[in-house]
Amino acid sequence: MKYKSQKVAYWFFALSMLLFALQIIYGFIMGFAHAGFDGLHDVIPFNTARAVHTNLLVVWLLSGFMGAAYYIIPEEAQRELVSVKLAYVQLISLAVVGVIAIVGYHFNYWEGRKFLEIPRPLDYLVVVNVLLFLGLILVTLFKGKRRTTTALVLSMGLLFAALLYLPGMLPFDSQVMDSFFRWWVVHLWVEGVWELIMGGILSFLLIKLTGVDREVIEKWLYVIVGLTFLSGVLGTGHHYYYIGVNKIWLIVGGIFSALEPLAFLAMALFAVNMYRKGEKKHPNKLALYWTLGAAIVSFIGAGLLGFAHTLPQTNLYTHGTLVTAMHGHLAFWGAYAMIVLAIISYSLPNMTGRKLYESTRGRMAFWMSNIGMIGMTVAFGVAGVVQVYLERKLKMEFMEVQKEIEVHFVVLIICATLFMTGIILYMVDFYKHGRPTDEALETASND
Amino acid sequence: MLSKKQARAFFLGGTLVTFLIFIGLTIYSFGKPQDQSNSENITEAVVRGKTLWEENNCMGCHTILGEGAYYAPELTKVIERRGAGYIKAVLMTPVAWEPNGRKMVAYGFTEQEALDLIEFFDWIDDVDLNGFDTVVSPLAKDNN
Repeated sequence: MKYKSQKVAYWFFALSMLLFALQIIYGFIMGFAHAGFDGLHDVIPFNTARAVHTNLLVVWLLSGFMGAAYYIIPEEAQRELVSVKLAYVQLISLAVVGVIAIVGYHFNYWEGRKFLEIPRPLDYLVVVNVLLFLGLILVTLFKGKRRTTTALVLSMGLLFAALLYLPGMLPFDSQVMDSFFRWWVVHLWVEGVWELIMGGILSFLLIKLTGVDREVIEKWLYVIVGLTFLSGVLGTGHHYYYIGVNKIWLIVGGIFSALEPLAFLAMALFAVNMYRKGEKKHPNKLALYWTLGAAIVSFIGAGLLGFAHTLPQTNLYTHGTLVTAMHGHLAFWGAYAMIVLAIISYSLPNMTGRKLYESTRGRMAFWMSNIGMIGMTVAFGVAGVVQVYLERKLKMEFMEVQKEIEVHFVVLIICATLFMTGIILYMVDFYKHGRPTDEALETASND
Repeated sequence: MLSKKQARAFFLGGTLVTFLIFIGLTIYSFGKPQDQSNSENITEAVVRGKTLWEENNCMGCHTILGEGAYYAPELTKVIERRGAGYIKAVLMTPVAWEPNGRKMVAYGFTEQEALDLIEFFDWIDDVDLNGFDTVVSPLAKDNN
């Protein structure tokens, strides 16, 4: 750690951990309900659990991205954050809005639009919160001694993510238009600007961990984010095949979605190559595991599994089935959850001065969570394919099919337990690092 | 070999071009001749139905136009499949509906609310979904 104000990041990461733990609990509620055990139905019906599960994901990832920005930007800009106090105000207000939203979902206070369930009045608070965050980051960056590509790409991702939240707030009378513009937010976030954020964090980590020249890494960063937008923007079309808009999206979405895995492949190859090229042997191997893991698993989850059902001919059958959940889980885990866990693993020893990265616990956390998540993905995949076949080929009734696939949710729960054990170990590690301290400024020689 | 400047130009240029095409296609899609949703048939009752659909997060279990949570049935073409009477009963019942043991929240909607939701489903049923409706509905047997 080079600047005292970087310590703010710790509290954003701590909030992330807390919300992540809650997200997993709600995931279990849904898994059990699918397996036929819905004892909590009267208190937490499925739609509540679902809204909480996905929104907690979004909020903990955003909190992780914000923490990453508060850690990375001062170091890249070579100056302290402009205001640490306001950063704490932003953290607390983020937590408050998040908690109100999550509690509200238990009392029918929501806006039932997949992923964007936060009710309109709270949306405005989100906007204010994000503006404050962006203000702090951008002012720090522009007052800084240097403006690196890594910092610019990261900030650009955060800025566009904020701007793209707005189309989701437009009111429409037509469900078709509502759905269309909802994807402007959701798709252009996860298959667009969030990849800029991921790319920025990845680039920062690779510079620190491999010692490869910044110029080389940042050049490839441009190529990768270029490929992301080239394929991802028009790739939005794969959400428009069957929701009641023109057939032109079948062609546009089909072609550009097929190109989307390229960006992720480039990212994976880039990360692995930089690692091989690098001469610096950074002692924080754990951070390296998570960094390379994020690049590789995102290619499998987001790239390959996404491609598996974005061809219009396949999507005709898989649209609206558990196949989507299969892709969604590994994609979010690989691309976004793992990159947040990577930056936490890297920065935590630097902020607290406790270098716990040799621990077996850390490695166990990595392997158990990854193997668990891959198992979950397979369980969702099998359930999804069986659902497609029975429901859409053999024309069986929805609920008859659901009975048939209950067993796959038992497998899912077992794999999820392994996953959760890994995450608990990660959180124990997080806790054992203790609080951030100014003394870490001197001790961090390996930054 | 590619320079950093060229890489940046590729990123900025590619993004700008694809985004402009994307905006263009969006405008084209919502032009009157391309309308597949019979938007002129969106009555006040349909809008009220959509509001109820959102306020109760129906999408948190069901899917519509293939979008939602995969825990409860797809509701595109539900009127063809079940008939309006059945749907009204499900929406108005004060006890939890439990087909094959999977519970639905007992919303106990008023008759007016149930009718508004049915109007909403009815409008959805006529949207041209580029063939998806023939896959999700059991009536598709006859359509294939």
